Amino acid sequence: MTISKTLLATTALTLAAGTAFAQDQEMADSMTIVSWGGAYQNSQQKAYAEPYMENNPDVSITWDESSNEAVAKLRAMNEAGNITWDLVDVVASDAIRLCDEGLAMEYDPDDLLAEAPDGTSAEDDFGDMIVSDCFIPQIAYSTTFGYRTDMVPEGADAPSDICSVFDLETYPGKRALEKRPINNMEWALLCDGVAKDEIYDVLATEEGQDQALAKLETIKDDVVWWSAGADTPQLLADGEVFMGSTYNGRLFSLIEEQDQPVAMMWDAQVYDLDGWIIPTGLPDDRLARVRDFVTFATDTQRLADQAKYISYGPARESSAPLVGQHADLGIDMAPHMPTNPENAGNTFLYNYEFWADYRDDIDAKFQAWLAQ
Amino acid sequence: MTDATQHPMDGPTPDDALRQAKAADSVDDQGRLLAADGTPLKRSLARSLRVQKIRALALIAPLLLFVLVTFIAPIADMLFRSVENEIVPETLPRTVQLIGDWDHNSGEAPDAELFEAFYYDMAIAAQLKNHTRLGTRLNYEQTGISSLFRQSGRDIEDIGDVYVDQFEDLDEAWEEPATWLALMGDADWRDSYMEWFEGEQAGAPPAFQPSAAASEALPRTVEMYTLFSEFTAGARRDSLAEDEPWPVAYTALYQDLTAQPSATAPFEGEMATLVGAAEDAVADFETVDFRSYFIDEIDEDWGNPEVWATIQTFSGPFTAGYFLNAVDMQETPDGVAMQPDDQRIYGLLFKRTMFMSLTITFCCIALGYPVAYLLATLPMRSANLLMILVLLPFWTSLLVRTSAWKVMLQQQGVINDVLVWLGLVGDGSRLVMINNQFGTIVAMTHILLPFMILPMYSVMSTIPPSYVRAAKSLGATNWTAFWRVYFPQSVPGIGAGSILVFILAIGYYITPEIVGGTTGTFISNRIAYHISSSLNWGLAAALGTILLGVVLILYWAYDRIVGIDNVKLGG
Repeated sequence: MTISKTLLATTALTLAAGTAFAQDQEMADSMTIVSWGGAYQNSQQKAYAEPYMENNPDVSITWDESSNEAVAKLRAMNEAGNITWDLVDVVASDAIRLCDEGLAMEYDPDDLLAEAPDGTSAEDDFGDMIVSDCFIPQIAYSTTFGYRTDMVPEGADAPSDICSVFDLETYPGKRALEKRPINNMEWALLCDGVAKDEIYDVLATEEGQDQALAKLETIKDDVVWWSAGADTPQLLADGEVFMGSTYNGRLFSLIEEQDQPVAMMWDAQVYDLDGWIIPTGLPDDRLARVRDFVTFATDTQRLADQAKYISYGPARESSAPLVGQHADLGIDMAPHMPTNPENAGNTFLYNYEFWADYRDDIDAKFQAWLAQ
Repeated sequence: MTDATQHPMDGPTPDDALRQAKAADSVDDQGRLLAADGTPLKRSLARSLRVQKIRALALIAPLLLFVLVTFIAPIADMLFRSVENEIVPETLPRTVQLIGDWDHNSGEAPDAELFEAFYYDMAIAAQLKNHTRLGTRLNYEQTGISSLFRQSGRDIEDIGDVYVDQFEDLDEAWEEPATWLALMGDADWRDSYMEWFEGEQAGAPPAFQPSAAASEALPRTVEMYTLFSEFTAGARRDSLAEDEPWPVAYTALYQDLTAQPSATAPFEGEMATLVGAAEDAVADFETVDFRSYFIDEIDEDWGNPEVWATIQTFSGPFTAGYFLNAVDMQETPDGVAMQPDDQRIYGLLFKRTMFMSLTITFCCIALGYPVAYLLATLPMRSANLLMILVLLPFWTSLLVRTSAWKVMLQQQGVINDVLVWLGLVGDGSRLVMINNQFGTIVAMTHILLPFMILPMYSVMSTIPPSYVRAAKSLGATNWTAFWRVYFPQSVPGIGAGSILVFILAIGYYITPEIVGGTTGTFISNRIAYHISSSLNWGLAAALGTILLGVVLILYWAYDRIVGIDNVKLGG
């Protein structure tokens, strides 16, 4: 066969393939979505799923509250060759790991996601939020401190500086910190005099890690270590701790919905992202349905709607001006967003690359330090 | 199965055979006893025993199969991960072959030949998206490899692109996927592939067959194209006639053309012209030195011999690395070494798990014994009420019980409030009773108590009260009667309860996670962390295997010291 003959055959092939592709994809009429449960999943149901099902009455959506162990479960499903989930809500660091392991599907933002109302492409509208080729961002949340306003010592100002966490003299009392090195090590170094933009360089060295642990050592006896997001709000409500770190949405509901004497200390809040991933290896009809849903659920209006139910910032730039009032309380949500300029005076962005590399090592050190 | 002679049975038993032999009084000429049917008794006995064994096996077969398939097999599969290391030789087959010859003490990164092999491995792995997974695996052994692999996977295409550009500048035909299909593929295969592709694409596509000419003249290129076609046509169901080959195929083509003196020879017609032109041109091509490109352009860490030493150490299909990590050691190129002091955690956790499980077991014995004694000696009516109180916690969710202890024990909790109210402790010095070992021991003792009381009770209820009365009537004091007569008879119950509680405690996970704080957590919390958070399943499997081994050894030791026959779960 000569080249020209081959080329002819190719053209025929291309045509055949083209027509096959042009046909409308069959879409599955059921979907399993995995999320975190609680108020967060509720906000997704209200803002995304209910309007979607109004448009597509034939579709049924099953919710699975397994995001916490999504990475391990997806890996097990992949090994068993039976993916039962269609769309999974995970934090960005998990999305990166799923992408690394080939368990999450890579996508093209401009192909999958809707563009902004003003015509800005999805890729530009989401911008830096797309931290991985597999990650479809939804919200930005932050890990920050809340404190009991009635336990502030007399004569002292309300704490407004991250280093008051390490200041036991002015602010005695217990602190709640997460039982993992991430965030804590950064805060410790920051309050030990390391410049903010050098923190990760320092933390990459043995000495830097020891320095951070030594700083944490100064408050170790006064720390309650938490592992579930609900722990700190509970500890604050019980008066078990004076201040504690947790996700800003949890503190919002503690302060505004449950009316507890707690206030936010936004200083040195650490941004993190949460979003969707689509598992690899979905059959065509299910994939087509998921793509359709994701396009709808991540458009500008839908992301802005979610903020009515929970105080997490929408991941699209174009959604920010549309954020309105809380659906039940009727208060303006914008001042409660972590991205609100007044709250965002001093912020960190979770360093995904650094923690992907150092997580295991520093965690072993951290746990050994904790256990001593 | 127990000895069959104890039970009346329908089938023949050795007993029957013996009786029949006696009745017939039949002995053959060699003096052997004969059964009723004339076969030697020995054989008849053996046969009937065998039949019984088979029947017994058949009876338990469904359960045995069920347990094997759903319980033993998954556990064995999981535990096998503790030594499995296939990912390295599978992802880097060419590198692994050569790396054994490199001397890790040389203080230098390997030579150009190894870098070339590594380039091909990495370029393929990056296309298949396997490189990040391998990076994660090696990052367990050396921090920083994960990002090194991820970064290199992004940049490695650049090497191939150097050749892609030059070939395409030479002749635009090299841009055409169809050119490659025609050059590489066997004519018959090409026809059957297109037939498959244009059809319904049912089943796997016909496996790629290289043409004889290509195999002879361009072996490396054929190898790369084969991998490309397997992935593109097989896994992704994309068209080979539309997708350009991976850049690494162009690198291979360049290397083939420079290595072969007359690559054109086996080809005919247009292909010969195309290959011939390329062959003439490659001498003037800009070349890439893999070694310096990796070190200077991609990441200087590729010049770090430690990275290569890690790959060399973990290049085999099996590894002891996970087990070593599980006992605070590590495998280094120079042999086994201890982890740095500040990273040793598993030894501590194993010791703590043992210590706390034993403490909890003893607490359960101390608290459970009187309760079981009361249950066994009280009149039926009150004993029943007490029994319900013992069983009640069983019907309550584990999480609820654990959370209740949190409310009880915390500093602003019920117990502290009462103590402050009574004036026993000052408001400023409330007791710390939770998020430490004390909290874990209290909560777990409470949760595991029924497992101690029930076996004790069932043993005690079979001890005849007359024994103690007899001892007393013979002049024993209350204490002597209890200690010398009653207690020894209740020991099997303590044994059974202790084994149950200890083995349950050693693998406990939820309660220590909630109330354990930092000093009250178990090894199982760490296993859970590696399964669900760090995804280091190999290490989790190694820790699990060790835990299982420890339990089996303790069980064996218990059997030797106390005797497993002395354990009774019921009367």
